[in-house]
Amino acid sequence: MTAAGDKKPFLKINNLTKKFGDFTALDDVSLEVFESEFVCFLGPSGCGKTTLLRAIAGLDIQTYGSIEQNGTDVSNLPPAERDFGIVFQSYALFPNLTVTKNVAYGLENRKLPKDQITARVTELLELVGLPDQGDKYPAQLSGGQQQRVSLARAMATSPGLLLLDEPLSALDAKVRVHLRSEIKDLQQRLGVTTIMVTHDQEEALTMADRIVVMDHGIIEQIGSPEEIYGVPATAFVADFIGTMNFIPGTVENEGVVKMGGSELHCKTDGHKSGDAVTVAIRPEDINAQDLSESDNIVEAEITHLEFLGSFYRAELGGAVFSGHEIRADFSINLVRRKGINVGSKVPVRFPPQFIQLYSGEES
Amino acid sequence: MTATATTANETSAPPLVKPKIGRDDWMMRTCMVVIGGLLAVFIVLPLYTMLSKSMENKADEFIGLANFTEYFSTPALFLSAGNSMQVAIISTVVVIVTAFIYAYALTRTCMPFKWFFRIVALIPLLTPSLLGGISLVYWFGNQGVAKGLLMGESIYGPIGIVIGSSYWVFPHALMIVITALSITDARLYEAAESLRTSKIKTFFTVTLPGCKYGLISACFVVFTLVFTDFGVPKVIGGNFNVLATDVYKQVIGQQNFQMGAVVSVVLLVPAIFAFAADRIVQKKQVALLSARAVPYEPKPDSKRDSIMFGFCLFVAILIIAMLGMAQFAALVTFWPYNLELAFNNYDFDVMDGGGWDAYWNSIKMALYTAVIGTIIIFFGSYLVEKGRGFNTGRTLFHMVAMLPLAVPGLVLGLAYIFFFNNPNNPFNFMYGTMGILVVATVTHFYTVSHLTATTALKQMDPEFESVSASLKTPFYKTLFRVTLPVCIPAVMDISMYLFLNAMTTVSAVIFLYSSDTTLAAVAVMNMDDAGDIAPAAAMAMMIAYTCAGVRLLHALLSKGLNKRTQAWRTR
Repeated sequence: MTAAGDKKPFLKINNLTKKFGDFTALDDVSLEVFESEFVCFLGPSGCGKTTLLRAIAGLDIQTYGSIEQNGTDVSNLPPAERDFGIVFQSYALFPNLTVTKNVAYGLENRKLPKDQITARVTELLELVGLPDQGDKYPAQLSGGQQQRVSLARAMATSPGLLLLDEPLSALDAKVRVHLRSEIKDLQQRLGVTTIMVTHDQEEALTMADRIVVMDHGIIEQIGSPEEIYGVPATAFVADFIGTMNFIPGTVENEGVVKMGGSELHCKTDGHKSGDAVTVAIRPEDINAQDLSESDNIVEAEITHLEFLGSFYRAELGGAVFSGHEIRADFSINLVRRKGINVGSKVPVRFPPQFIQLYSGEES
Repeated sequence: MTATATTANETSAPPLVKPKIGRDDWMMRTCMVVIGGLLAVFIVLPLYTMLSKSMENKADEFIGLANFTEYFSTPALFLSAGNSMQVAIISTVVVIVTAFIYAYALTRTCMPFKWFFRIVALIPLLTPSLLGGISLVYWFGNQGVAKGLLMGESIYGPIGIVIGSSYWVFPHALMIVITALSITDARLYEAAESLRTSKIKTFFTVTLPGCKYGLISACFVVFTLVFTDFGVPKVIGGNFNVLATDVYKQVIGQQNFQMGAVVSVVLLVPAIFAFAADRIVQKKQVALLSARAVPYEPKPDSKRDSIMFGFCLFVAILIIAMLGMAQFAALVTFWPYNLELAFNNYDFDVMDGGGWDAYWNSIKMALYTAVIGTIIIFFGSYLVEKGRGFNTGRTLFHMVAMLPLAVPGLVLGLAYIFFFNNPNNPFNFMYGTMGILVVATVTHFYTVSHLTATTALKQMDPEFESVSASLKTPFYKTLFRVTLPVCIPAVMDISMYLFLNAMTTVSAVIFLYSSDTTLAAVAVMNMDDAGDIAPAAAMAMMIAYTCAGVRLLHALLSKGLNKRTQAWRTR
């Protein structure tokens, strides 16, 4: 992971608050981004991720708090006095200028000699894989091509920080997946510090070095994709990323929770016995295959079985879950081998290391 | 500094971040304040002067509402208000019903020759409102060819005003209704049909509600135009007094400026009311046309199509009859005794009213208005739309820019007399010059042009400015390289709109011209006033030719320009 301690933070965001009238879009947000790091702001719409990006760009300056970029305080500077390139969901390519002119737009203003500009534009278009599209107008390109041009334009002036505002959201699913790896590739090759805003968890998980999960204007969790997925810090993160089962339970004593009719072993750090908790486990972590260890096994009844192509998603019921339906993913192989069907009773195991506990009852 | 921020006491509010105002922001704000200041000088201050004038006596002393009391206790004056209301309401009903059916035929049927009906309907925009009145004199006046059709009623009065007004406001209403009827989703009709809804019921539950706001807006526009119009009642009103002619009579006839101001205020109030109501209605209008809407394609229906064709043909004949009679009258040697055709009525220099000079003045004035007006209005709208921060200033600017729409031309003209004729006013030098005519005309037609520009600018990606800022490009470079070229069609529309209106307007300039700056439309009125009706018709036709010619030229020019600047639109 890039979040190494020896690296100097490139961008320091301190106690940022943004208010639109009475509405608080960002509430005391602090964050550090390291040099050459790829950070994703992830959250549902209205969570404040775009507001945070626009504050970093200086497009909508924060109400309180400071931003430091590369050692300089840029808190109150207009966008033109900051150092960043930006790519928008709408591409925002100048429609009446050719691809070449679009990419050269920022360079021409620097009074560079013509041949230098031409060389740089050619280099950039090659970099984004559009070497012979320079004379076309944006409307003559596909969405994916337009977004690449937009990326080339943003990188033309070699900014220290690249901001991507939902760059892939307007594209077709296939193009999106393809461009995802291209952008990530490009970012690693150029080593530019990058912040991307997205509401697509898959995008964030595959592209980011670190993910900042946001909701209601606050940061819920910062961590690597593995941390965010495997050890979600809050019930919100657990629910937002991937699929998660939530079952109400009570802490019996150190290391044991009671869930419905059964007792489960798991880490109960931070919870006292008697506390009401929400027990969370991902469908793919529920195990019906390897039952060699004898703890945390409960007898579940299959109430519903859904074929999802590469696996089955089963819904488990029965007295043990006190009326709650629990989803579990079973491999096709397992379902065939064990003859699992609606109505079958199957022993399943809740591996202790995959169980998360959150305070209070999840609604 | 990080340390102090993180350990700051939570109860005390942290310091507000005061955004630094960049060089671009300074330049844009300065420009906006300058244009906004000019607008204020040319609209707000004159109106204020007029309002205060209405509360003064002839010795310029403040007398409160005494003038208004006098006005409302003088039956002859008070009656005019009722008359204005009456003709405005009748004309509104006539025009809206006609325009709706006409627009429906154009947008929702498969009737033939739609292009012809579209062109004919726009003819009145090319002529001064006076032309309709003059034409009516020849049709139904004392020596009119079709006088018998009126069955003893006189055309000089409410009948003439309603017909003449309906003629010239028709295209204004039609354009709004066509737009309202064009934005619909075909799927609504498919849904209605699949639910076996009758055609009549579909009309009342889908069609009408869909264009409700457009219709209401058209009603307000027509009402205000007729209520405040001066040209038609001046020519054909006879002894039937309306507010607009009262203002003229008080000011020009009796030199009673105070009472003129009072009548202007009475004229202004319903206009502002209609304007405010329209704004509220417009705000309620939500976008009916989502990006996924399917455009409506009418299916042939021979019975409906032929009825509609008949109706449109009838309306088109009426419009052509108005224009045709004016043309015929202009060419006739001596109506009705010598119907031989000749050009003697075009010999304007031997008549009162300004002669050919007036015509050339008009062209000059219209060109200045089109060029200067377009630049200022587009730039002003750009600053409001694309500026960053400074929200109060931008909102204020937008509000002032909306104001001219609510002010009748005659009221604006009178307000200008009060304001610019004052020797203590630093702008006094403008009085009686071509400059004041241009300023009055630009101001009078500011709002519609401003809204056209705003609409075009709003359609552009708001992030263009963000991108250019991130590329450290100054705003004016992006304005000239991207924004303006992309908006060329709208810019051309604005210049055309300003030119046509400058050529045909009477009300805004009637108080402001001097003997050196007489205008063609004013000459039409003055010649008509002096009894030279045929030359008046000839001059009105000169205006019509010019407008038609310029319109054609404009179409060719736009085509050429679009080829050069809009090539990117083709895939």
